[in-house]
Amino acid sequence: MPVLGALATSGLAASGAVGAASSLVSTTDTAQRVLPVSAGLAGLFPLGGLRRGGTVVVHGSTSLLLSLLAEATAGGSWAAVVGMPDLGVLAAAELGVAVHRLALVPAPGQSASGSAGVVAALLDGFDLVAVASGRLVESHARRLSARARHRGAVLLSFGPWPAADLELRCTHVRWHLDGKRLRQREVVVTARGRGAAARPRKAAVLLPAPDGRVGPASEAGVMPGNRWETRSSDWLAKQA
Amino acid sequence: MTRRLVVWCPDWPVVAAAATAATAAGRPTGVVAGNHIVACSALARSAGVRRGMRRRDAQGRCPELVLFTDDPARDARLFEPVAAAVEELAVGVEVVRPGVVAVPARGPAGYFGGEAAAAERLIDQVAVRTGVECQVGIADGLFAALLAAHRGQLVEPGASVDFLAPLSVRELNRPAEGQHRAELVDLLRRLGLRTLGAFAAVPERDVSARFGADAVLAHRLASGLEERPPARRRPPPELSVTETLDPPVTRVDAAAFAARGLAELFHAGLAAHGFACTRLGIHASTEHGEERGRVWRSAEPLTPAGVADRVRWQLEGWLRDERLSAGVATLRLEPDEVVEGHSLQLDLWRGAGTAAADERAGRAMVHVQGLLGPDAVGTPVLGGGRSPGERVRLVPWGDERTPAMDQAAPWPGQLPAPSPATVFTRPAPAAVRDKAGRTVGVDPWHELTAVPVEVALAGRPPMRVVDIAGPWPADERWWSEHRRRARIQALLESSEEDSPIAVLLMCENERWTVEGMYD
Repeated sequence: MPVLGALATSGLAASGAVGAASSLVSTTDTAQRVLPVSAGLAGLFPLGGLRRGGTVVVHGSTSLLLSLLAEATAGGSWAAVVGMPDLGVLAAAELGVAVHRLALVPAPGQSASGSAGVVAALLDGFDLVAVASGRLVESHARRLSARARHRGAVLLSFGPWPAADLELRCTHVRWHLDGKRLRQREVVVTARGRGAAARPRKAAVLLPAPDGRVGPASEAGVMPGNRWETRSSDWLAKQA
Repeated sequence: MTRRLVVWCPDWPVVAAAATAATAAGRPTGVVAGNHIVACSALARSAGVRRGMRRRDAQGRCPELVLFTDDPARDARLFEPVAAAVEELAVGVEVVRPGVVAVPARGPAGYFGGEAAAAERLIDQVAVRTGVECQVGIADGLFAALLAAHRGQLVEPGASVDFLAPLSVRELNRPAEGQHRAELVDLLRRLGLRTLGAFAAVPERDVSARFGADAVLAHRLASGLEERPPARRRPPPELSVTETLDPPVTRVDAAAFAARGLAELFHAGLAAHGFACTRLGIHASTEHGEERGRVWRSAEPLTPAGVADRVRWQLEGWLRDERLSAGVATLRLEPDEVVEGHSLQLDLWRGAGTAAADERAGRAMVHVQGLLGPDAVGTPVLGGGRSPGERVRLVPWGDERTPAMDQAAPWPGQLPAPSPATVFTRPAPAAVRDKAGRTVGVDPWHELTAVPVEVALAGRPPMRVVDIAGPWPADERWWSEHRRRARIQALLESSEEDSPIAVLLMCENERWTVEGMYD
């Protein structure tokens, strides 16, 4: 019987009736496979957005992580954030995240396997799950990536993660402070990954822009008097 | 028309509230909800306090008034012993609301030899068992019996219409029983229909043509008829819902959690048949085989939240009962009486196309609640406040999303956008120093006492200050505990990378902490 079964399967495969599940997915519409991200960040992703089933790593910047959730939650997707008790929800709302579709699990339990179970449960129902990777061991992480792939969810890791499709980090941070308040931050986000994303991509954005959202860097309004270097020297001179 | 016996405990919210606080004995008491008096004791009434009065007016009339906040769960919990005491003498007890139980009058009247004897026995029984004063009324139909209980009357069989006729039409507005008819009553009085008899004399057809469905119900009550026509539907047996609780429930918060899930299931089952429940039977059995059951009656068809509330109240009542030797192991909800549930369908536009995603996410969150406990997962809600941390409240999934503080209120000293992306739940200490190495403070005019030059975060090596913004003053509760607070945003030169880091620093009584980080 096993032999017969194998023969039958190989025959079917040869005739084109049987294929890998991934090939079926690839025939569907791009809009269904990709969750949207804000316009300034879209250039970082090979498909112009977060690919369902993918794992994306964000290094160092919480606001970058939150900005990835913004467009998708505003469009009706649900997002969960696990193991980040210090998350600034107000900043998330300002970045455009629909906080009524943002579930928070601040304390997913002490043990690594327990928190992996929580993440797995959330991957069943959420389009986006962000995890602080600190406490997870590598075998759990690989299993969770596989689960995200199977469920068509996007797994976002805050911190290192094995087998990531894409890694994002912020460089060239430059704050603007207009004397009354912190105004905006210019950053260059670098994306580097596997496959189609092997070539590093860069995007200069305002994260956050003066209204708290993500803005394209062309709006930066780089007036000499607005830069912190020059402004701060003025300020220090005045104070001294 | 069934004869009904109603046991009514006057001013129940006040009695329940006073029972939890020993200080209230012998003093005028009242219960407030939303700044209005919803119930008051006889002493308070004699001092001029009335229901619906504003809190300040009531305190003006009666300065020694002791006020409690409204708490339906407390009312229900403390009422359970009264319902149990009535049940010892009469079968078929229905809780109309905390403070009022109804039983069919025939059983106790036959057993104790007359309605008057039965009423007397019940009053004695409640007083002896629970120490609560109550009044009993007997009449045809629940509405007439309730009004009879308010007057302590026994209305002869068939005389209910005559009993109701001279009473004021105001009796139709019963906010405590969930029947809000203030507008209708006002309208009727302006039309010259001042008594229930005058209203009942209007043909039902004209009432329905002029006033709508709720007025028809009120008209039926005024005419001494049952609230609903007798053609009620007998529910098919499979609509009752049974849940085995493993592990058995012994704590009140766990009971609330179980109640919510079961209520949703129960309501969904009824809704699938086009029904809604007006009389809900709640039955529980413990690990040791003890059985408890209670019927709750509601004037309005019960919503999922209404079912959950009643189950929670009932479980709280039982769990506080010392006679229960173990936790509740199984819980059964039975629809004792159902009506057409068309008015109760969830609105069509809720979620606007994202309903499937909402449901999937909701199920995942319930799963996580099962793993970690009901408080472990929630959605945040934004409210008012000064610091970024104060303005966010995490609401456990399934609870009502209400902010901790009013967003519309003025909040002087509120920080402008952008907000820090990291807000520390436990702020770390920081040191802010000037050129000479002294700690920078905030003077009474909310200005910094010196120019900050370096900042050390959580015991790490100090970093040079590039620029600062602020301070934002936040003097909170200066009348009780003096807390002079001020916040500044600081841009620091990081030694590791070339990129500067931005932090939110808070100064309280010369001590600095780092509240958030703009990362």
